[in-house]
Amino acid sequence: MSWLRFLRRSRWDDERRREMESYVDLETDDNIARGMSPDEARSAARRKLGNATLAREEVYQMNTLGFLDTTTRDLRYGLRVLLRQPGFALVAVLSLALGVGANTAIFQLIDTVRLRTLPVEAPEHLVRVSVNAGDTGRTGRFNSSYSHVTNAIYERTRDRQQSFSSLAAWGPATFDLATSGESRPAQGLWISGNFFSTLGVTPLAGTLIGPDHDTAACGQAVATISHAFWQGEFAGAADVVGRTIRLDGHAFVVGGITPPSFFGVDVGRQFDVALPLCAERQVTGTPLHALNSNDWWWLATIGRLKPGVSLAQAGAELKALSAQIFAETTPEGYTTGDAENYRKFVLEPLPIQTGFSTLRGQYGTPLTLLLSLAGLVLLIACGNLANLMLARASAREQEMAVRLAIGASRWRLVRQLMSESLIIAAVGAALGAWIAHNLSGLLVSFLSTERRPLMLDLAINWRVLGFTTGLAVLTCLLFGLVPAMRATQTAPIIVMRGGRGITDGRNRFTLRRALVIGQLAVSLVLLVGALLFTRTFWNLAHADVGFTTEGVVAMDFDLRRSQIPPEAEPAFHQLLLERVRAIPGIAGASAVSITPMSGSGWNQSIVIDGKVQEGYPNVNQVSGNFFGLLDIPLKSGRTFDERDVLGAARSVVVNESFVARYLPGVEPIGRTFHFEGRQDRPVTPLHIIGVAADTKYSDIRQDMGPIAYMAYSQDPNPGRSFTAVVRATQPGLSLAQAAVATAAQVHGDMLVVTTPLQQPIIDGLARERLMAMLSGFFGTLAVLLAAIGLYGVMSYMVAQRRQEIGIRMALGAGRGRVLSLVLREALVLVVIGVAAGTGLAILAGRSAATLLFGLTPTDPVTLVASVAGLGLIGAVASAFPAWRAARVEPTTALRRG
Amino acid sequence: MGKAIDLMPGTLDLLILQTLVLGPAHGHTIAHAIGRQSDDVLQVEHGSLYPALHRLEDRKWIASFWGTSENNRRARYYRLTPAGRKQLTRETTRWDTLVTAVNRILKPAAGSGT
Repeated sequence: MSWLRFLRRSRWDDERRREMESYVDLETDDNIARGMSPDEARSAARRKLGNATLAREEVYQMNTLGFLDTTTRDLRYGLRVLLRQPGFALVAVLSLALGVGANTAIFQLIDTVRLRTLPVEAPEHLVRVSVNAGDTGRTGRFNSSYSHVTNAIYERTRDRQQSFSSLAAWGPATFDLATSGESRPAQGLWISGNFFSTLGVTPLAGTLIGPDHDTAACGQAVATISHAFWQGEFAGAADVVGRTIRLDGHAFVVGGITPPSFFGVDVGRQFDVALPLCAERQVTGTPLHALNSNDWWWLATIGRLKPGVSLAQAGAELKALSAQIFAETTPEGYTTGDAENYRKFVLEPLPIQTGFSTLRGQYGTPLTLLLSLAGLVLLIACGNLANLMLARASAREQEMAVRLAIGASRWRLVRQLMSESLIIAAVGAALGAWIAHNLSGLLVSFLSTERRPLMLDLAINWRVLGFTTGLAVLTCLLFGLVPAMRATQTAPIIVMRGGRGITDGRNRFTLRRALVIGQLAVSLVLLVGALLFTRTFWNLAHADVGFTTEGVVAMDFDLRRSQIPPEAEPAFHQLLLERVRAIPGIAGASAVSITPMSGSGWNQSIVIDGKVQEGYPNVNQVSGNFFGLLDIPLKSGRTFDERDVLGAARSVVVNESFVARYLPGVEPIGRTFHFEGRQDRPVTPLHIIGVAADTKYSDIRQDMGPIAYMAYSQDPNPGRSFTAVVRATQPGLSLAQAAVATAAQVHGDMLVVTTPLQQPIIDGLARERLMAMLSGFFGTLAVLLAAIGLYGVMSYMVAQRRQEIGIRMALGAGRGRVLSLVLREALVLVVIGVAAGTGLAILAGRSAATLLFGLTPTDPVTLVASVAGLGLIGAVASAFPAWRAARVEPTTALRRG
Repeated sequence: MGKAIDLMPGTLDLLILQTLVLGPAHGHTIAHAIGRQSDDVLQVEHGSLYPALHRLEDRKWIASFWGTSENNRRARYYRLTPAGRKQLTRETTRWDTLVTAVNRILKPAAGSGT
């Protein structure tokens, strides 16, 4: 049987009809020739032909795919039934669409962040080489989250290994496109010469950076730009190859453009411009730079295994190479202990087919958790649909009974009822996919911050499509199958005899009640989750950092191209600070080495009385007015003043935690300590002159710990960047323009970025904000759906028991009694649901423990509030049906029954 | 008509194919030809011919086209395809074997004997 025939079966039918008419005509002609009258001739011809309809039917059946045909008919019938009650269809489709949409959107994010492989050739063979530092950890300078190796380690590994056909290195960087005034950052990549050839990336235009560009001499300064940057910065200009761009003030020629699909190897970040590793020396521009510093961790590796080489084999080889490589590259300035640890490090290969990503660690658990929350919402929505379907099924009991009685098979009826569910599920899923498409983009924009824009390619792929289809089928089965089975299980005779069968009794009602209890329980879990995450966000957003952030900005001045000789830096910094202090409308300004709460930090182990102390206290360098400016109370002693100048004894202010931890029970003022330093440098004693109140340091999630503040004015090498925290006289005053003007006034070749102190704190809460918003949304939706479910079941119950209620009232039951009868029924459901939900919530809470701040998963206030809230909503949802029950007029109820 | 017998299942196909060996014909002709050539022993309900024709065409043993009949009426003509010709040979052989075998059982005396 061919599909073509199936699709053209009505045409065939028509053909046969004409053919048989032609037979009748011919036979009539013959009959007339035999001498019959025309009428007689025709009817004789028809007799001869026999049952033409039967013949046509036979042909039609031949052209039909039986199953498909009945399915089409079922779907058509289902659609008609649904359209007869558009309200029901709309509610069903919408609640499913919301559920499916939320699930798909979150799955799409998970897919992009965790499952999708890099858009390069054969990503499954990509492997990175990392340093396994054991428990000791690595010491030195780190550039990013991808600072896996130093250049020395990379070069030696690359040259000696035999397991990879090629081993490339890369490191993230930020290059400034501006040459003066306000900073304009570009997302950069340092890449080894074999980077693009290792990945198999081919240029869209021009030539990409190759081994010729990454040599010791470094030759011509070439950059490779991304398709996105080409479009954004050059508006897609055709002649961009060969043009010059300035990165951190250095000129580079654009050599080529990467194809649109290649975003780099860091999932979530779109690179703008890539430079060869060798150019790092030139761009950094200091005698000590990443390329020649053995303790500067700034690169990640990515290599391609040779065909036939397994990860284990590569691991064995790297392990064998490790001892010599680390012995050769031990940094000179390391302490004996650090050097000893370093020589024990081992190189190991790790698969990296899905690319590098900090997002994965940061959002892996939250997204999985959100997916389960969304799944629960969908489950509740399915519960409502199942309930509605059950109610409809009992309304159509008569119809089903009649059809069973005249010989329809039960399977046939179930299939027909299921086709209705299938339509709802299919339309819901299609709508859900559309919602997801819009929602996922919105989610990404919530996670994106100005300084670290998040770029994710959210194209629909087979995995996402499969997920949505799977959801549709699953939900369809969930809410459709049981009601369909139920509707067709009643023996026809019972329904036909009495009109109302046993299915209206306890049996079906138990199922509906169980559904509602399940919904209430699950919605309580979601409600608890919503409260936990919302309160976590609130706690973090209102966490006391120990100082004022409102109206305070950090101005970062980039002095790298200002050509200030190192010995003139302290004076220059001082000059710059004075100029900043002269900006009108500010309450004050303090120089800082580390901007508080910006995420960056500086910690060092200390030595007191010749003994190396446990832990690493945080360190900062500030001006004397820092404490007053940010409202950090000085507990004792003094702050820095004109006595603390370059060359004088080094003064230090410590905080209370520092004293409690390192100098318990002694008078701290006047005590000295020093940093545990390199062996080849003399130690500088630090004299404690004051004690300040505790504050947070870099991360809002961390507790207040020991901090040592040194005098900024006493730093002999303040370096090539200057940061001042500036407090405006009134909050809301923009100081960015003033900062740019100040920079221009002091030096022409200086860049400045102004960031509110609160900005990194807010940006850092993106994850918590997302969790709070989505779990809040899901929780609200869940409670709403459960309330609708409860309302539905109670209304149904009241409607079914109208007669009984009428009799009760006729026998003297008061309205109050009827009211309490119904409310008691509802109360039982709510109590069981809430009790089960509380248990579930406590169990489920454990998986969220690491994502919470300032409260535990079993936080009693949250639990009590959730239980009370759900109980209240349950009461409201059942109040209306109860009220309606109490309004039953005994006479009408009895008459109708 | 008293002596007319119904067709055994499957034999109608064979008869139609055999009729078409002589050349293209339309349904009316085929029906009458089967009756006539069997001296009206084999009775085909003329309507039932059409599903059979449809089935044969579906199997590509016959092909059809609209043409004009002897007395100027539009009619659908059928002709044998090469595949149909092969099928006819196959079916005829099978039929002969069947008839011989059945005859051997029904009239053992006429056989080779003991």
